[in-house]
Amino acid sequence: MSQTTAAVSHGRSEWDGGTSPMGVSYGKLMMWFFLMSDAFTFSGLLITYGLVRSSNFAYTGAVKDFVFSPNYWPIPEKVFEAVPFLHGVPLPLVFVGIMTFVLIMSSVTMVLAVEAGHRMDQKAVEKWMLWTILGGMTFLGCQAWEWTHFIVGTESGTILKEVANGALVDRTSAMHGANLVENQYGPPAFADFFFFITGFHGFHVFTGVLFNFLIFYNTVTGVYARRGHYEMVEKVGLYWHFVDLVWVFVFTFFYLV
Amino acid sequence: MSHNHEPKITVLPPDTEKIAKLWKTAGILLAITVVEFIIAFTMPHGAAKTFLFVILTIVKAGYIVGEFMHLRHEVKVLFWAVLLPMIFIGWMLVAFVYEGTKIIRI
Repeated sequence: MSQTTAAVSHGRSEWDGGTSPMGVSYGKLMMWFFLMSDAFTFSGLLITYGLVRSSNFAYTGAVKDFVFSPNYWPIPEKVFEAVPFLHGVPLPLVFVGIMTFVLIMSSVTMVLAVEAGHRMDQKAVEKWMLWTILGGMTFLGCQAWEWTHFIVGTESGTILKEVANGALVDRTSAMHGANLVENQYGPPAFADFFFFITGFHGFHVFTGVLFNFLIFYNTVTGVYARRGHYEMVEKVGLYWHFVDLVWVFVFTFFYLV
Repeated sequence: MSHNHEPKITVLPPDTEKIAKLWKTAGILLAITVVEFIIAFTMPHGAAKTFLFVILTIVKAGYIVGEFMHLRHEVKVLFWAVLLPMIFIGWMLVAFVYEGTKIIRI
């Protein structure tokens, strides 16, 4: 680029064109813009969750005496305590911990793919992209199990109340699991937020896996080798890390707090 | 597709220093998650516990965005363009949770 004295005397700044003031390529900057808008959407969901949760009564008794009731917000660790193949063994938050581990590990393999791309190492990009796709699919499988368990519910269920002849009476049969109208765990909004927040995140993981596969395919067929750079790996990498980032917040605000 | 004039590709050796740093970041993220688990089952429920969780979450987010997404090493104007709106979002969360505790009394 020519930086002539004439240009300087006309008051050229780095915002007058010809340079990249943000220091990143157009594609990467647009990915950042998109991720910001996506962050606002997720924030909207999580903030609404915070508002509704804090406007419901909290369970105040001892944790060991906790029972499900639509009258107060459930303690998350009492809802999410099942692990596949260990039926009836209460292992609070263990499965969601495994899911967190899987997603963080797939974030690491993604960033290793980006590093390999910088070195034009096609074989290494292929290897790390495959691991990343595997991690994403494992997470999706875990989430499918988690949803199924949440929807089917526990054997005992919870006896909900209904209005009969103007009085609030116990129903004759227990409610098992959850749907968008009612659930055995707590207020209806609890299950609604579970479905919407983890569902919206899961949808992002799903599309992320699709993008990752596309990148893997293009790497294998040598598209990026011919292009001379692996910047697409970086762009999709940004998206994949963002998905991991959102999970960190979902994990804290939905499962821990 | 023509393969007559394929560019000569030079594969560089792995940057072991950079890779070690990435694994270190991953180790920190996993360690914080383990700490969160320990806190979840040892501390009584309350404001202090929630506060601790939020702090640890922000630390984790910092490592993911800063190191994995490389934002810490980007130019300042991009760094702040991303971070500033998020600070307002953080305030929005606090405001709405506080609002919720008032709604409960109505």
